Amino acid sequence: MILFQAEDISVRFGGIRAVDSVSFDVRQGEVFSIIGPNGAGKTTIFNLISRIYNSTSGKLVFEGKEFTRTPASQIASLGIARTFQNIELFPNATLLQNLLIGRHCHSQVGFISELLFLPSVRKAELHHREKVEDVIAFLGLERYRDSLIANLPYGVRKVVELGRALCVEPKLLLLDEPSSGLNVEETEGMGFWIEDIKKDLGITVIMVEHDMSLVNQVSDRVMALNYGKVLAMGTPHEVQTHPEVVRAYLGGEVESPA
Amino acid sequence: MRYLFRTQYRQDLSLWRHNGDRFWYGLLAVLVLIAPQILGEFYIGELGAVYIFAIAGVGLMLLVGYTGLISLGHAAFLGIGAYVNAVLLSHGVPFLITLPVAGLFTALCGALIGRPTLRMSGLYLAIATLAFGSIVGTVFQKWTSVTGGFDGFAVPTPYVFGIAVESATGIYYVSLAVLAFVLWISANLLRSPTGRAMVAIRDSEVSAQSMGIHLARYKTLVFAVSAGMTGLAGALFAHYVRFLAPDAFDVLLSIQFVTIVFVGGLGSLRGAILGAMFVRLLPQFIAIVRDDLPFGIGRLPGLEPSLFGLVLVLVILFQPDGLDGMWLKMKRWFQAFPFKRQTSFHRQKVYAKSERLR
Repeated sequence: MILFQAEDISVRFGGIRAVDSVSFDVRQGEVFSIIGPNGAGKTTIFNLISRIYNSTSGKLVFEGKEFTRTPASQIASLGIARTFQNIELFPNATLLQNLLIGRHCHSQVGFISELLFLPSVRKAELHHREKVEDVIAFLGLERYRDSLIANLPYGVRKVVELGRALCVEPKLLLLDEPSSGLNVEETEGMGFWIEDIKKDLGITVIMVEHDMSLVNQVSDRVMALNYGKVLAMGTPHEVQTHPEVVRAYLGGEVESPA
Repeated sequence: MRYLFRTQYRQDLSLWRHNGDRFWYGLLAVLVLIAPQILGEFYIGELGAVYIFAIAGVGLMLLVGYTGLISLGHAAFLGIGAYVNAVLLSHGVPFLITLPVAGLFTALCGALIGRPTLRMSGLYLAIATLAFGSIVGTVFQKWTSVTGGFDGFAVPTPYVFGIAVESATGIYYVSLAVLAFVLWISANLLRSPTGRAMVAIRDSEVSAQSMGIHLARYKTLVFAVSAGMTGLAGALFAHYVRFLAPDAFDVLLSIQFVTIVFVGGLGSLRGAILGAMFVRLLPQFIAIVRDDLPFGIGRLPGLEPSLFGLVLVLVILFQPDGLDGMWLKMKRWFQAFPFKRQTSFHRQKVYAKSERLR
């Protein structure tokens, strides 16, 4: 079953075609990776999906419904959550508060009842707190629960950001370079979490990643981009041995595929 | 040292962290309630003014300290609240109605102003709110049929349940009640989704948006709440000064409010109160010691504004967490006594981000 579709999407910044008629679809329950050299338009695609950028043309479809012009603040309630390449957590708040912000799209209490902290608000907060605790337990973040994000090491923050996205209870998770800045061990751990997210939580993942070992470990399908255009799509092995992809990464002539 | 062992999620939602908090805040409540019996009329009047400034300070703290938006026009909201309250009272509307109306009307003004100006940020927002403040100030001056212009406006005596609130003690208790209410709803807001959305907007707008937070809506909402609280303070301020003159609500007052927030410590309700104490009590302190200062320092013109400026600079340089941070450090020192951890008392060099550079 197809969960997400991008049909012929393009975005232009001035004269630059950052994304140039890219089409792909993501099936329910798979891990779909996007690779490509720097500046290929990978993160731009994420910013298009999370509606931070407006696409110049093309269509975005999620669960059969088009959302090409849905406001950015409503993307989370559609069931699409994301992480950022350079960690965009809330540094002056505790881990717990950060994860609770992930629950924002599920809160429906009125402003007046918040001011008076009516029992309905208390009940909703307790429910959010339980859900957040599930994520904390899932990612093993118990010992950092009350730490300020500003005081946590980089590797932990990366996991917290993943946790915050999970608190949205998304159907589709966008991971922007989950391994950037992590050491080998932490990258391996991230790989296991992505596998768990796919298998245990049944969440579909689109991932932008440079670390090929992580891509190979978790991806079902891979799409390679360069200069905003799709070079190749298929299994990790197919894409990595594709002559165009090798040329894009290494430049020059292609030797016999491995 | 006290370690909290939490066994229920509801403990995270409690306003008091532990029984110690309940005890000390309870004691504080008793003290401020019996203060008029102990202190003289003058001190009660000044303490009442501290509460009024603290109300406005809490309002501005929600905006600056928690949402990371600056406003240099809050004196205008204080003025709007003061005039609405005074004008309605003079038309015979009872105080228990004019007070909330003053707050709500100012909140509405805040929403109307906030909607367009909050598209800006940083310096641009500061300038826009500054402009708004001076426009409102001009309106107070020129709209003589309502405000009386520079002739001033005598504020009628308010009645609460048939009792005239005339003395400093009366205003003290009314201000205390309003301050308690404002603190309570602020604390409620901060432990609700809206409070977290505010912090999220302060720390990272782009990810706040991706988490489903509607930026414009929440910024306008917070601006309205902040303005509304300042309007409530204004209504009380009218009774504190008894006679409204349009030049009372100028940019210097706005800067005093900003001083409350910065000296108190960004991102702390307690800081707003400590800041208000500082801003109101420093001039009194100067007045008391003025004549005893050596070398004729006390007779220098502009002593008070320059001291305010100096303190603001020193706080930003050496104590970015403000008085609240100082309080926390002191508390930690006593809790850990005699084991002092050098690192806890290092000069703070981390600044709360109030506006992102773009």
